[in-house]
Amino acid sequence: MEKRHNYVLWFEECDLKSFPLVGGKNASLGELLKADIPVPPGFAITTSAYNLFLEQRNIKKEIFKTLKSIKTEDMDSVEEASKTIRALIEGTEMNDDLQDYIGEFYRRLSKKCNVPAVPAAVRSSATAEDLPTASFAGLQDTFLWIRGVDDILTHVKKCWSSLFAPRVISYRIKMGIPHEQVEISVGVQKMANAWSAGVMFTLNPATGDQSTIAIDANFGFGESVVSGECTPDNFIINKITDEIIKKSISHKTILYTRDPESHCVVKQAIPDERTDIQCLVDKDAIGLARIGKKIEKHYGKPMDIEWAIDKDTPGKAKIMILQSRPETSWSDKKIEPVMKPRSSALAHICAELVAGKKVN
Amino acid sequence: MADNKFPNPHEIEAIPGTEGWERMYPYHYLFSTKDKERKEYEDNAFWFNDALHYPEPMYPFDIIWDEAWFLALSQFNTRIFMIPPALGVDHRIINGNVYITPVPVTDPEEVQKRIPLFMERAGYYYENWDKLHDQWKKKMKEIISDIENLDIGSLPDMEDISVVKNGLGTSSGYALLKNYDKLIDLGILCWQYHFEFLNLGYASYVTFVDFCTKAFPDIPLQKITQMVAGIDVILYRPDDELRKLAKLAIELDIVSLIGGDSKDVEAVISELSGSEAGKKWISAWDEAKNPWFNISTGTGWYHQDISWNDNLNIPLRSIRIYIGKLNEGQSIDRPMEEIKAERKRLIKEYRGLLKTDEDRQTFDQLHGIAELVFPYVENHMFYVEHWFHSVFWNKMRSVGSIMKTHQFINDTEDIWYMSRSEIKEALWDLVTSWATGTKGYGPLHWPEEIEWRKGVYQKFKENRPIPAVGTPPEVIVEPFTIVLWGITNDSMAAWSTLKEIGDPDKVKEMEGFAGSPGVVEGIARVCRSVDDIGELKEGEILVAPTTSPSWAPVFQKIKAVVTDVGGIMCHAAIVCREYGMPAVVGTGQGTAIIKSGMKIKVNGDNGKINIER
Repeated sequence: MEKRHNYVLWFEECDLKSFPLVGGKNASLGELLKADIPVPPGFAITTSAYNLFLEQRNIKKEIFKTLKSIKTEDMDSVEEASKTIRALIEGTEMNDDLQDYIGEFYRRLSKKCNVPAVPAAVRSSATAEDLPTASFAGLQDTFLWIRGVDDILTHVKKCWSSLFAPRVISYRIKMGIPHEQVEISVGVQKMANAWSAGVMFTLNPATGDQSTIAIDANFGFGESVVSGECTPDNFIINKITDEIIKKSISHKTILYTRDPESHCVVKQAIPDERTDIQCLVDKDAIGLARIGKKIEKHYGKPMDIEWAIDKDTPGKAKIMILQSRPETSWSDKKIEPVMKPRSSALAHICAELVAGKKVN
Repeated sequence: MADNKFPNPHEIEAIPGTEGWERMYPYHYLFSTKDKERKEYEDNAFWFNDALHYPEPMYPFDIIWDEAWFLALSQFNTRIFMIPPALGVDHRIINGNVYITPVPVTDPEEVQKRIPLFMERAGYYYENWDKLHDQWKKKMKEIISDIENLDIGSLPDMEDISVVKNGLGTSSGYALLKNYDKLIDLGILCWQYHFEFLNLGYASYVTFVDFCTKAFPDIPLQKITQMVAGIDVILYRPDDELRKLAKLAIELDIVSLIGGDSKDVEAVISELSGSEAGKKWISAWDEAKNPWFNISTGTGWYHQDISWNDNLNIPLRSIRIYIGKLNEGQSIDRPMEEIKAERKRLIKEYRGLLKTDEDRQTFDQLHGIAELVFPYVENHMFYVEHWFHSVFWNKMRSVGSIMKTHQFINDTEDIWYMSRSEIKEALWDLVTSWATGTKGYGPLHWPEEIEWRKGVYQKFKENRPIPAVGTPPEVIVEPFTIVLWGITNDSMAAWSTLKEIGDPDKVKEMEGFAGSPGVVEGIARVCRSVDDIGELKEGEILVAPTTSPSWAPVFQKIKAVVTDVGGIMCHAAIVCREYGMPAVVGTGQGTAIIKSGMKIKVNGDNGKINIER
């Protein structure tokens, strides 16, 4: 079998081993998929593609020459160099083969999502991101709602050039990281077109009970839930039996959605007939909780998760996980014993009897 | 607590036309203002209607079991196991309904003194549980055999010659008095044994529940009981026997002979005895009867709760339901392996969520003991309330039949309107007049008195009892009160609001305990007793005062259950959890408020019921 090029890889093909090729962000998306955790589909444009671009167009030499001209303490010279390099990267057209590789993946992604020219997030995935002493996280750009091959290519180059943003250059100089050593990968991921969305905790934030999962949900994008602008529907689900223990359906007045004209996220009033309707059906709440359990298992600790139900995917509702981070408010608490340890069950029973049961 | 106001027990008035009802019940069951100290004690205690055991007012005779457990429960708490903070449970009657209150040890020093005594005494039982429990089963089987063999006898015009030739030296009159005493004594003894393990069983269960709810504030009580509940519970055996008989009927190809519900059991048996296959089935049927058909169709607490053995058409009808299911290709087996696996999984998963070794150690200690004692808690009912009681009621009917023969009462069933001491006195009247050859006084007194009592009883029945009287407590320490009656601040608040609702025809929402999870909407069918289950249609929601194992086959047809009485451990809740259908139990007034045909929504997740009006 002919060995496929490694310039573009589906997220499914990424994992921790491919970290040098796809960067931290894309590798972790691949890992999540391997753990059966549904993230929005997409692909990684690898560091090989980045290197190919630099070499094919012979701009690599140019870049490093420009970098050498920087005077360490002179911010102006950093700014100057950055401007030159970024213009160079963004202004240089990719070779046809590279354009074809990326274009083909993007078209296949659109087909997979059943959306012509699917809106995507284009974000950089730095290979140095997880170096413990040199965190680059957040220093690169993310572009949302990008549509069409041309725009995708343009924004891929913007991500590449973000490696040479003034702050990033200064940071590398300060930390003594050679510019040549840092490479960049780019992820292209479908934007979740949320029918409903919200947050999920793999414990009950009200009681700290780790045997339950709590879900807050509203129509539209998760912003309305995250920002607290809306009282969401709330579900408490037993993690062990996957049963809904408690459900409160709220009066929901606003939602965030995408304006079809401007492709921007806009706030809207929820139509009256939908305000008191459960925005996440029981089956999906339970499905979401099952995924929550997988995420918790994957990371080995209680998690705080952002999710959406995508309305583009044909057939049944498609749950998508957008963000996961460790839960902190209960997890950082000092652990107290549930009951004071005693020598025997009888000693416990006796203590319990003596304490009695408060009824008010 | 201030919101929960309950009437003063001394201010409850007699229902018009029932004045003088007090003489139907033991004198010490009455609330009294005669003595200042007693009045104050009664005012300051919280007395709640024991609707769990008595969904209907008490018959003067049936109060025997109330007195029996009054003594037995209390003595084990107070005098035998020395439960540190709890004495017994006191009893009263208002307008035919039993009210009970747990009595605490109020002196903290006394509580401390009782701790080492409790540790020694209860400790001995827990340590030797299996040995003592085996001994218990032996004792129970002995007294059941005693009562089964007890022949009440009759009063012949002339004693048999053998009395002379054997030099017996006593008469049938003396024997009747003795047999009656023995019958009553066996009943009281049975209830002594009933409580031998129960208090300790509940105490350990309550402790495990408390640990679980502290560790997992959201844990449904159902899951806790699932972790300790036995699987091969003897109470399920009668129903298992019916399933076996249904399968056997198909195997032997005799289903056509069993026929439909219009065919009486006697006709079925006589037809079956005409063939080899039929005989084979009859012998299996006969074998199942003893002891398994001694299962009561009610709770066993009332004389009218007849057993399957008393009306063999009841188990036969259930067998027909099972045959029908089998013919439709459905499985009627309880999914034992799945239940076992699920129980194991729950234990492992919850334990796995605990954060420290200390917590896991406490969990193991408490789960271990709860699991040890729970089979008793579940099984004792078959021996006592079903098997023993079913035999007992029929022996009492023999006594009633003698009294009827001698015109002391008009009907055998009238005996339930007399207390057991009145019966003893009447039997003296009867045997002395028999011995003397005169007419007794009884025929002049009892039929008239019983007519009046029937009228009073009817009025009691038409009046719904007040859920509670007196002053609610702040802390409850008595394990039974918590487990069985589910007395909590919530339930008390619910009771006090129920009173204020007034018109039951306007209630749109009611609440009970979430017995089994799930939400279902459907048409209600109110069945006041197991006799009504024939009216149930596929897919309806059963609304009943309570259910017992003899109702088991109906769970195949329905999609949810609502009961008036019962907590998380009641029969309906247990069975519904097994069938995976919602149940709301202990609603207090479900059968009074819901009518057959109404559309209701049963939410077994939170215990709420919505009624569409």
